[in-house]
Order: sequence, then C-alpha cells, then structure tokens
Amino acid sequence: MTKHDQVLVKAQNVKVHFPIHKGIFRRQVGSVKAVDGLSFEIRKGETLGLVGESGCGKSTAGRAMLRLYELTEGQLDFEGVDIAKLNPKELRSVRPRMQMIFQDPQACLNPRMTVGSIIAEPLDEHTNLSTAEKREKVKGLLDAVGMNRDYVNRYPHEFSGGQRQRIGIARALALDPDFIVCDEPIAALDVSIQAQVVNLLQDIQERMGLTYLFISHDLSMVRHIADRVAVMYLGKIVELAEKRDLYKTPKHPYTQALLSAVPVPDPEIEAKREHIVLKGDVPSPANPPKGCNFCTRCPIAIERCRTEEPELRELKKGQFVACHLAE
Amino acid sequence: MDVTDLRTVFHTQDGTVHAVNGISFYLEEGELLSVVGESGSGKSVTMMSLLKLLPMPPAEIVSGMVDFDGRDLLELEPEELRQVRGGDIGFIFQDPMTSLNPVFKVGFQIMEPLKEHLGLSEKQARKRAVELLELVGIPGAADRLNDYPHQFSGGMRQRVMIAIALACDPKILIADEPTTALDVTIQAQIIELVKKLRQKLGMAIVWITHDLGVAAGISDRIMVMYAGFVVEHAKVKDLYKRPLHPYTRALLATLPTDAEEGEDRLKSISGLPPALHEYPNSCPFAPRCEFAFDRCQKENPPLMEMGDGHQVACWWDVEKGAPR
Ligand SMILES: Nc1ncnc2c1ncn2[C@@H]1O[C@H](COP(=O)(O)OP(=O)(O)OP(=O)(O)O)[C@@H](O)[C@H]1O
Ligand SMILES: Nc1ncnc2c1ncn2[C@@H]1O[C@H](COP(=O)(O)OP(=O)(O)O)[C@@H](O)[C@H]1O
Ligand code: SF4
Ligand code: SF4
Ligand SMILES: [Mg+2]
Ligand SMILES: [Mg+2]
Repeated sequence: MTKHDQVLVKAQNVKVHFPIHKGIFRRQVGSVKAVDGLSFEIRKGETLGLVGESGCGKSTAGRAMLRLYELTEGQLDFEGVDIAKLNPKELRSVRPRMQMIFQDPQACLNPRMTVGSIIAEPLDEHTNLSTAEKREKVKGLLDAVGMNRDYVNRYPHEFSGGQRQRIGIARALALDPDFIVCDEPIAALDVSIQAQVVNLLQDIQERMGLTYLFISHDLSMVRHIADRVAVMYLGKIVELAEKRDLYKTPKHPYTQALLSAVPVPDPEIEAKREHIVLKGDVPSPANPPKGCNFCTRCPIAIERCRTEEPELRELKKGQFVACHLAE
Repeated sequence: MDVTDLRTVFHTQDGTVHAVNGISFYLEEGELLSVVGESGSGKSVTMMSLLKLLPMPPAEIVSGMVDFDGRDLLELEPEELRQVRGGDIGFIFQDPMTSLNPVFKVGFQIMEPLKEHLGLSEKQARKRAVELLELVGIPGAADRLNDYPHQFSGGMRQRVMIAIALACDPKILIADEPTTALDVTIQAQIIELVKKLRQKLGMAIVWITHDLGVAAGISDRIMVMYAGFVVEHAKVKDLYKRPLHPYTRALLATLPTDAEEGEDRLKSISGLPPALHEYPNSCPFAPRCEFAFDRCQKENPPLMEMGDGHQVACWWDVEKGAPR
C-alpha cells in the first residue's frame, strides 16, 4: 500500500519499566518491563494494528506513544520532534493533536457531567472558543459520531455501552487531532454493536484524515481495520508486517500460534483445522526469560534461543520478524 | 435432561424484568449444546434457573419443568438439589475470580465437594484432587493444592474451576462463558482440554458463549437466544450453512471476514436489544429486523419446526423471501 508514505510517529527503542518497591524503605527491588524496546513507524493516514495477549504491554505502549507515561529509555518522534524530551509547556501545545479512546467507555466518562460538558471539556482546556461556539462544536461532534443532538444535557448512565463509546469518540475528536490511540475500543461491546463502532471509526478516519494505533486482542477485527499489524509478546514486537503478509504468511512462531488459535465461525473449516496449542502461560514481565522472550513456549526453540536475543530483522520487504529461525 | 417452558423473572425496583420467557430444550447423553446470544439475552439466567442458583428474591421461576433422570429438578427439596449441584451436574461460572473463594486453598476447594458428595476421606479426596488437577493439565499438581487462587493465572484458575466441576464425575457439565475472559491462546488450551475430557469422560456439556467462532468448533447443536427467547435451534452445520432467523443471519454477517480490503464496511445491526420490562406481544427483534412486516408487530412468533430438528421463531421465510 503506497498511499501512506509520510511518517507521523516514529518510535526508537522505546522502553517503559515500572519500578517494583519492597520493604519499609520502599527499596526498588526490580522492575516490570512492560514495554521493552519498541521500534516502529506509524504512517500518516494509516491504521497500525497492535495485537497480543493480555499483559503483553499493548496499553502501556499506546499510552507511551502519547507520552502519558514517561519513557524509561528511547526516542519518540511526532512529525520529527522527539516528544520524549519536550518540557510540560511544549508538550501542552502538541497534546491536542494526539488523543486516546479507551476500552471501557463507562470508566472514563465522569458520571456527574452531562454529555455536552464531557465533550466540551477538552475545548475548555485548550481553546478560547466562546460558549456559543463550543455549543455549536459539540453539536457538530455529536452529528459526526451519529448521536442525536438533543442528548447534550443527558448523563452517561442513560446510554448503552455502544453509545457511551460514541461519546468517548466525540470527545477525542473535539480538538481535531491527527493521531488517535484506540485502546480496545470495542472489547467491552456486544458483537452486534462492535460493527457499528468499527464502521464509525473508519468513517471518521476517512473524513478527517486520522492516523490510528488500533490496539486489540481481536485478530479478526484487526485484520478488517488495519493496514499494517504489529504483534507484541512480553513487551517486545515479535513481528510487524503489512496485514496481508502477516495473516497469509506469518513468520514468527508466536504469530503463527496466535492466528491458529482464533476460531473460525464455520464448523466445516473448524473440523479440519489444525490448531497449534501453546503450552503454559506468558512469563512475568518482571522476570522475562533469557534469550528470546518466547523460548519458554516456543514449539521450535533451539539452544541458541535460550542465550541469545533475536533482533527484529526485515525478512522480506516490509515484514519484520524477531526470531533466529524464521526465514 | 428435558427442559419445558422455563420462565424466570426478576422483581426489581423498576418493575419486573422478563429474563427468560418460556424456554424449552433438551440435552442428550454425551452431546455438546452451545447457547449463543449477546449479553443480557438470558443465557446465564436460563442455566442458573435449572439448579436454582439465582438469588430468590429478586429472581422468581414462574413456570417450567426440568426433567432429569425422571425427576423434576424444580420440585426438589433444597437438600436433594444440593446433591445434584456439584454431583450429577457440574457448573463452571462466568467469572473464575468471583467463583473461587480467595481465602481458601485451591486443594480445599476441590476436596470439599468430594467429601460431601462422594463421602471420600481426607486422604482419598487429596489423591483424587491431584488426579483432577493433572487431568486438567496443571503441572506440579500435588504441590499446587496448597496454593491460593490468586497464585494461579487466569487460564489456570479456569482449569481449577473445570477440575471442581468435574470432581464428582458429572453427567452434565454446564460451562458459562468459560473462555470469554481468557486470551485466545489460553482459550485454545481450554477448548482442547474440554474436547479431550469429553472423549475420555463422555459427559454432556452445555457451553454458553457469545462467540460464534468458538461455538462452530465444538458444538453438536446450537441454540441462539435473543431477549429471553430461543429464536433458532439447529445442528451446528445447519445453523452456519443455512441460518434461518434474521438475527442469526445478521450476527454471522457482522463478523469480519477474511476479505483483505479494509475499505469495506462491516455489516452492522442497527439499534439495541430491547429492555425486558414488558412481556412482548410482538417479535422482540422487530425494531432491528430488516424483514419486519405487519404481522411481526402483532404477534410474537413461536419456535417452529422446519424439519430435521431445525427450529426458528420468525414469521418471515428468508429463503423464499415471503411470509411463512
Ligand atoms: N440479579 C438480577 N436482578 C435483576 N435483573 C437481572 C439479574 N440478573 C440478570 N438480570 C437480567 O436478566 C437478563 C438476562 O441476564 P443474563 O445474565 O442471563 O444474560 P447473559 O446472556 O448471560 O448476559 P452476559 O453475557 O452479559 O452474561 C438481563 O436483562 C439482566 O439484566
Ligand atoms: N502502573 C503500573 N505499575 C506496575 N505495573 C504495571 C502498571 N501498568 C501496567 N503494568 C504491568 O505492565 C504489563 C503490561 O500492561 P498493559 O500494557 O496494561 O497490558 P495489556 O494492555 O496488553 O493488557 C502488565 O504486566 C501490567 O501488570
Ligand atoms: S528465536 Fe527461538 S524461541 Fe524465539 S521464536 Fe524463534 S525459534 Fe522460537
Ligand atoms: S418475526 Fe418478523 S421481525 Fe421477527 S425476526 Fe422474523 S421477520 Fe424479523
Ligand atoms: Mg490493555
Ligand atoms: Mg452471562
């Protein structure tokens, strides 16, 4: 896909470690390596899917991209400016351009605020619009997310999960952002409502030229919405490729297992399919294995995997894989 | 097991909630029946009603018969019912975190029902508990009996739940969304495990899920629920090949397909499931249904037999494109 060639976000060796403190002196005894050296680009106008199992660091990575966490290490360029190094004042001026949509629309909408004031809040903070201008803007945003304008004076609890997600989206759009991190935006919704929200996200992306980092554990939905997909395991990217390559010819053993674990809604296909069933659980990010992170569950691991960490290398054009054996 | 005309309501401050509205189904020995439907459609309440696992009040089972081995479970004395729960019928609840007691060791929680239902001694129960944990694939089973639930991962807790449900060799296992909270690779482990256990132990299983992909891989038959009604029931192949209810068809159509062109929009079902405050006199799916016509507003369709056990509750024949 050639239509996206300008880089909007560029992460280089981004790490976010959370210290673990113990004892009465709160001494630091270790750290949770939630995100441990991510390098990738997000291109203007594309949707980069980010998939992986729970706890692998997707949300932490997403929040780091917006510098909602301080980076432990690494460089994070937004249109060529390293936002990891900006001071609070400089950061405030780029903030409006980067927004986030959350998994649980319930938890992030203040129950005591009306829909109107929830959506207008970022406008209060970052613009000098008059009250009347704000009211107009809010109505336009409600239109944009397919909600009735008359809802401005209602409260979040009066709405269904899908509608609350629309309110969250309207709020994220308030400041005309360029880049939105969507963190599991449909995970809390029913199947019949998920499609509504995904369609909305695609519509506004086209209309407003948005760039998405779309975090999800739903591999079929990512296949639908993303242009390129990154697979995370234990704080690292193990594979990153154009969607087509990733789903058709996955190269990393973990990607292969992950895809094979997704059930297909067709009993005849399911009856014939071979599933790769991984043994055991994901190790703790406080104590990742030596060598390759995946070596404790990898069905084809060799001795080298337990001592030497594989680099993310470009196996074929645009397909990056971190595995000694992939070819 | 044979369930006839089961109705369960909740008496709440905002009025009566009609959660289960006259459901009938059967379960044959050794088969796997999946119950699919979106949240709030009444899947859990249906299954919990069978064993009176709901808080009553607010819940009330207004009618129904649950014939199991020649007895009506709904008529049993509390003591007899307790014998059935965790004895002949094992139950895996939706949320393993809330259904395992955090203050008791895992071993104790597996051994209790063994002592109560099978009258095993402490030593026998311990031996059996180790076997059960090994059966569900927990490494180092003997040592893990002394661990607390929080020391297990989500997938392992779900395995422990399965072990408890299997403890007394049930004839029927009811599993309420046993993999919904789990990651796909762990879900694949659990599904693999259940398939193996079925072959080995031969029990019948009711598997509640909202994931049509999961149901496709494991079921013999499927029951689709909407707003407290069964709207379609069929053998698994028939349901996916020849879905007859507009809701089933719409659900299957909303799933993203392998098509690579991201530009395409997903088919979506407009609107929301109904609030269940009134017992419906019309088809509950009518406000969202693309085929709705005048009869649908006047009469709620019953479940009608279409041949070979395929049943559907709809006035419209989607294949002919005409009313039934
Ligand atoms: N304790 C309760 N008090 C009042 N209403 C209840 C109670 N429990 C369930 N209900 C209602 O009964 C209906 C069916 O609930 P049920 O839990 O069976 O749905 P479900 O299909 O299992 O959904 P989910 O997938 O969310 O678990 C819903 O409308 C629900 O709000
Ligand atoms: N504030 C925090 N303090 C300590 N550990 C954290 C914090 N936030 C996340 N973690 C840990 O970091 C890892 C990755 O978390 P997260 O990014 O939320 O995972 P995901 O979104 O993929 O489920 C997990 O092990 C989690 O427990
Ligand atoms: S490097 Fe080794 S352990 Fe890691 S994924 Fe490749 S083969 Fe498996
Ligand atoms: S009975 Fe009517 S409204 Fe209900 S599903 Fe059938 S066609 Fe649609
Ligand atoms: Mg998360
Ligand atoms: Mg339920």
